[in-house]
Amino acid sequence: MNRLRTSLAVFLLAALCCSSATAAGPVKIGLITTLSGPNGYTGQDVRDAFLLAVAQEGGKLGGVPVNVLVEDDALRPATGREIADRFLQQEKIKILTGIVFSNVMGAVVPDVVQADAIFVSPNAGSSQFAGADCNKNIFVVSFQNDAANVPAGVYANDHGWKKMVLMAADYVAGHDMVTGFKISYKGQGQEIYPKLEQTDFSAEIARIRDIKPDALFYFLPGGGGINFLKQYAASGLKIPVIVTVFSLDQQTLAAVGDAAAGMSVIGHYGVDFTNPQNKQFVKAFFDRYHRLPTFYAADGYDTAHAIGSALRAAQGDDSKLDVIREALRKADFKSVRGNFKFGPNQYPIQDWYLMQVQPGADGKLAIVTKTRVVKDYGDPFSSKCKM
Amino acid sequence: MELFLEQLINSLQLGVMLFLLASGLTLVFGIMNVINLAQGSLYMIGAFAAATAVAHGAPFVIALLFGAACGCAAGVLMEITLVRWLYGRDHLDQVLVTFGVILFVNEIVSIVWGRSPIFMSVPAALSGSVNLLGVPYPVYRLVVIGIGLAVAVALYLLIGYTRIGMLVRAGATHREIVEALGVDIGLLFTFVFGLGGLLAGLAGAAVGPLFAVSVGMGEQILIPTFVVIVIGGLGSVRGAFIAALLVAAIDTFGRAYIPSALEHLFSASTADTLGAGLSAVSIYVFMAVVLILRPRGLFPVASR
Repeated sequence: MNRLRTSLAVFLLAALCCSSATAAGPVKIGLITTLSGPNGYTGQDVRDAFLLAVAQEGGKLGGVPVNVLVEDDALRPATGREIADRFLQQEKIKILTGIVFSNVMGAVVPDVVQADAIFVSPNAGSSQFAGADCNKNIFVVSFQNDAANVPAGVYANDHGWKKMVLMAADYVAGHDMVTGFKISYKGQGQEIYPKLEQTDFSAEIARIRDIKPDALFYFLPGGGGINFLKQYAASGLKIPVIVTVFSLDQQTLAAVGDAAAGMSVIGHYGVDFTNPQNKQFVKAFFDRYHRLPTFYAADGYDTAHAIGSALRAAQGDDSKLDVIREALRKADFKSVRGNFKFGPNQYPIQDWYLMQVQPGADGKLAIVTKTRVVKDYGDPFSSKCKM
Repeated sequence: MELFLEQLINSLQLGVMLFLLASGLTLVFGIMNVINLAQGSLYMIGAFAAATAVAHGAPFVIALLFGAACGCAAGVLMEITLVRWLYGRDHLDQVLVTFGVILFVNEIVSIVWGRSPIFMSVPAALSGSVNLLGVPYPVYRLVVIGIGLAVAVALYLLIGYTRIGMLVRAGATHREIVEALGVDIGLLFTFVFGLGGLLAGLAGAAVGPLFAVSVGMGEQILIPTFVVIVIGGLGSVRGAFIAALLVAAIDTFGRAYIPSALEHLFSASTADTLGAGLSAVSIYVFMAVVLILRPRGLFPVASR
């Protein structure tokens, strides 16, 4: 009897000890991103910036120890979903982030929401979850796809461009981008949708030449943008081009050389932003990784800090989802973009800038921030979101 | 008319580039009966090697040759270390091993060069465009066409009129007899694999100024390459040449004309979306039709 009691006590003690150990252990964060393939640099920047934020706090976010699990979705929605299911079911992760591509986000997020976990996007921002299908568990720190293009359309109107070619990669974000552009653009737009993984754009360039537009707007993220720009520059076409940062970032610029000189870019983040948070971020990122951060990195860094602010509020208990959600909604962190808050659909309200590709201080081509085009701009879908 | 002409040259350029990759692949399959998924990795190695050579100040021609040489060296190394053990094995084993090579090479390249795409410049003389019958056309694309056609002619002469070419042809159709005649078939196989690597490396180096030189660039081009060798007839270099030109023409003209043709039937936005989808599948539809009419491709190799 005595013996039984003792072993029972030991058992209870052990159970108690282990359960308390779980609660006090680091909070697991699942980071699913695109690391392989020609667009691998995008996910690499998200991951590196996120881990930089963690490292700067000595393995913590918002004062809470975290354990970031990184997996590569290889830009395959099905792969992303498999990883997410494993994170949710086996690892019991409650906070997921990392996704760059909207098609992967579209496959992953429904499972995350169903498992009552929170997804904080550092890049992908499809229209799918911004309107009627918005969800209290989905936060997008980067931008809404369509939103970036509305200022680009305004810019096109200001230049009196009546007929334009609107070219975008044939996937969910590509269609979002063109839709967004057409919200503000008043002229006539001829749409072209090349494949997302396409490498040769000679047929499209010939079509553009044949259509003879006043200007060209395109959305080709990562490697596709590099291919197109190299080929466009050699084609002898001299049509004004307006793009968003998604098609021309620091990495793309380095890979195309002079081909991008003089281009106009609409973006929400520039390395040359002068707010103190950005200055320390660019320096820390450069010191650690020896390259300039792209907007993928900037948004990844902001995402880490947003999650940090929520973990601080929940005192490191990732089962208190209500507290985490409420803290996230406040956007109580210093953004490298300066002005930042969440709209009613939990997508950002932020400023958009006109940037120009021109020689920077060191004589090399850089993306230089010029003027603010719109201030405190949300997205066209938030009014449809009833949360 | 200008559009048609421009697309015609475009399709020729895409065609010769597909041919550079497909010829090596089809030789390897035809002669050695090996499916090499890692042909795209050799192409990537060629591109990275050439871009690095240019960045270190090498003249452009030297960079191209260096890319081709690295592709060749990687091919020979691959044959000696891995592929040699797979000749008697099932195709599935070969697919498995060469797929592993893709992953391995991608990781190595991202460790050495990083994941960011790298820049490859062209000499000023080749970077502009020339007026070609009223159409301004990039000079560099004409150079690629030139390289591709030169390689096609060289391969034709090599396979048709040299001793090594005779062995290659004989090896493709009557392997046992060639072996019985005392030819070192192992050496011949290494040569063929190296030749495949050389052509892939040259293709990669040649497209460096046109495409993003980045990890995984080989996989993007691999599927159309397989379509080409299946249509052309496995093992047939001539078939690969004709099929490469056909596939390129269908792809290019599909992308150029299907969306605008559909605009007569549907609204602009529907036509653009539908056109994008239809032109994306056009080469696969063509492959299906060819396989129904000629199950062994357009130019099947005699004894298989």
